[in-house]
Amino acid sequence: MAGGNDDINELVKKVADLVQKFEEIEIENVELSTEELRIIIQPLVQTAIKRAEAALKVEEKPPELIKATFTPYLEKFHGQIAEVQLGATKSEGGTRGKTLKIGGEKTMPFYSFEASNPNKPVFAMDVFDMPITLTKPVKQMVEDVMHDPAEWAKKCVNKYGAQVVSLNLVSTDPLLEDRPIQQAMKSVENVLQAVDVPIIIGGSGNPQKDPLVLSAAAEVAHGEKVVLNSVTIEMDYKRVVKACKEHGHALVSFTPMDVNNQKRLNRLLLDEGLPKNQIVQDPTTAALGYGLEYAFSLEERIKLAGLMGDEDLQMPILAAASNAWGARESWMKVEEWGPREIRGPLWETVTCVALMMAGADLFMISHPATIRVAKKLADSLFGEGVCEQKIENWITSLK
Amino acid sequence: MAKPTLLDVYKYLPQTNCGECGEVNCMSFASKLLERRYKPSDCPPLVKESKYKDKMAALTKLVAPPVRAVVIGKGKNAVTIGGKEVMYRHELTLHNPTAIAVDVSDLDPPELIEERCKKIEGFKVIRIGDELKLNLVAVRAASADPSRFEKAVEIAAKSCSYPMVLCSFDPTILAAALRKPEVADSRPLLYAATKDNWREMVVLARKYNCPIVAFEPGGLDELKSLALTIKANGVEDIVLDPGTYTDGAGLRDTLNKFVMIRRAAIKAGDEGLGYPILGVPAITWLDGGEDPVKSYEEAYLAAVMMARSADILILHTLQPYALLALTTLRQNLYSDPRKPVAVEPGLRTFGRPSEDSPVLVTTNFALTYYTVANDIESQGNNCYLLVANTGGLAVECSVAGGQFNASVVKNLIDETKIETKVKHRILIIPQLAARLKGDIEDTTQWEVIVGPRDSSQIRDFLNKNWPPQKN
Repeated sequence: MAGGNDDINELVKKVADLVQKFEEIEIENVELSTEELRIIIQPLVQTAIKRAEAALKVEEKPPELIKATFTPYLEKFHGQIAEVQLGATKSEGGTRGKTLKIGGEKTMPFYSFEASNPNKPVFAMDVFDMPITLTKPVKQMVEDVMHDPAEWAKKCVNKYGAQVVSLNLVSTDPLLEDRPIQQAMKSVENVLQAVDVPIIIGGSGNPQKDPLVLSAAAEVAHGEKVVLNSVTIEMDYKRVVKACKEHGHALVSFTPMDVNNQKRLNRLLLDEGLPKNQIVQDPTTAALGYGLEYAFSLEERIKLAGLMGDEDLQMPILAAASNAWGARESWMKVEEWGPREIRGPLWETVTCVALMMAGADLFMISHPATIRVAKKLADSLFGEGVCEQKIENWITSLK
Repeated sequence: MAKPTLLDVYKYLPQTNCGECGEVNCMSFASKLLERRYKPSDCPPLVKESKYKDKMAALTKLVAPPVRAVVIGKGKNAVTIGGKEVMYRHELTLHNPTAIAVDVSDLDPPELIEERCKKIEGFKVIRIGDELKLNLVAVRAASADPSRFEKAVEIAAKSCSYPMVLCSFDPTILAAALRKPEVADSRPLLYAATKDNWREMVVLARKYNCPIVAFEPGGLDELKSLALTIKANGVEDIVLDPGTYTDGAGLRDTLNKFVMIRRAAIKAGDEGLGYPILGVPAITWLDGGEDPVKSYEEAYLAAVMMARSADILILHTLQPYALLALTTLRQNLYSDPRKPVAVEPGLRTFGRPSEDSPVLVTTNFALTYYTVANDIESQGNNCYLLVANTGGLAVECSVAGGQFNASVVKNLIDETKIETKVKHRILIIPQLAARLKGDIEDTTQWEVIVGPRDSSQIRDFLNKNWPPQKN
């Protein structure tokens, strides 16, 4: 009866499988041909029935949907971020066709369920007063205008949608061209004439020369409400503050990644009589993958502190998302990471949007793709644009 | 909701100061427990001794985070999401990094499903000592056909060892897949219960012991109702999907909901919303569109959601640039803010340098240092590396801010006595510090060579420039 034994084994195996899967067993279809078979199967069937009963219990239909109401938890902030105007029109003593405001937050960025923040983030593009080393994806965009800051500025505004031009007078660096200040001022005049958007004027980062460069620029741009970028605690910031007040500009208070140092420098500037609405703070921007988390948390902390009433931290925040181009992931040719022509801009974009969520108000951007995308995101987060997406069946309707 | 205090926690410890946990006393254990450096189960007596059973249970409940930690999958690839207890990472640290799922559709041919699954598991990048990877495969019943879905799930289970998200609003379709032996016991995430199908979905979640998503794109009243109903019916591992809109005002509302849900859990102790949040950046592909535009869009939307408390995301793109940016952002946001930014300044030795070996300079910002050190090591260079004290700032920042300057380099040379180790007097500085070349030469009397822009190019640079040509 070898064949019979095989049949028995097969049947036992089937039943065992079924038991394991909690499935019902159709006992009446099983031909119980021998006593032996019955003995083998009986305990298994018992277990199966017990399990099936348990499963049935689990399958009892539950009752109705519980009705609940949701009440949002709203914070009451007593402080408000200062509002800084960028640029001045003719009637305001300048020559700008467009002006912008940054800051003024009453709640954390884009928490529109809680309060309406008055201003969207603003995006500036960098222009340099001499050709400098740029990474390839960025260089491709501006190569034809790099010899002329005015043309460069025009291209950023007219073609790439920059809302502000950030002119960096790097040529004045004693370690680079050491261009005389008066000569560098030509670029300031030319850029002011070439575009009618607000401008930021940056020095070279040299702590001895920058106060002279920025004070001179303040004079040349009298009444235009430019942003002088930047003062640090090590330099003769008082000189820049004086020029800033005299000629009606704002300035950037720059500190390297420390909330207490930022607070200290801001306080010193306030003590010099410069009002909050003429200060933008830059607590240092680190790129995605290179310390972005420090910038992210600094900005959140600063914004929260300002909202909670810390007067020394109630200034809008500047973030140089363009630092993302220092990250190797943005420019290095590595096949597994995908083409750098897309990877580079995305690296900058992700740096930018992450810091937008953390609280930055004014951004330095190098790539047009970031400007386009970040503006669109800001519009959406301000509730602009009707959303017609039907997501109820996204599982089946996704392409 | 009041957070437990030190004494609240201490009350449930053995208070014997036995030291088995490695701390000097129970109070010290209590304070680290509050900081999440320990779990209740890290106290050996609480675990071992039956007389502490009640204390253990009470303590576990007491320190349970306001956002439930939900486990998806089993075994070594299981993913825990949620477990959050703060709104902002500087308040403590964020636990359980955002899990990333990538979708496969059951309408795709089997080869394509297999290929996508293999790509999902194949995405791996090592970054400063961590492995960046994806976490889950989301199998989508796009066909609305149970047998087709079953087949797709079977292929996915075979070609990828990551846990699955089973996506269908039709319970009979999910049931078909769950009956498969390779799935039944694997604790996939069921996507999703809705106000219409929750009865059947809850039964499946109970029967197969799976976590389940509550999907309600209406209001938060309705989402909360659904979550409470699911819980009342015996399923506690819930994930909330308030609906992801990726466009216009819809995106604003989606992100507002994320924040409101998280606030309700953490600040108000709202139990109906104390669950992980799920976002679906893949929705951006809903109206069609093509790469790279869509992948780009999906990547920055996912980044925004990650920065806004999303605990799990379902993506569609498999473009490496998108995944690299997102996994890097996740690594950043979930790093411990209590960790120092800086490494010890001083001299480091790589390989077996001789008195003719090059001397490189970098800063003591932890990320800079580890990147440079890893590159030097993996390229097999024999050299010295001087780590300058820039107060934990990267090269570009510290050159701009003045922390990286000639006198810092001079002190570094003096303190490390590097001149006793090498015959030459040549320093290689990072290209981003090129403008300091003259200054450093004047101050230190060492010759300065401007090195590569990036440490990945050090070997090539040395091959070309070392030993330096004599003039």
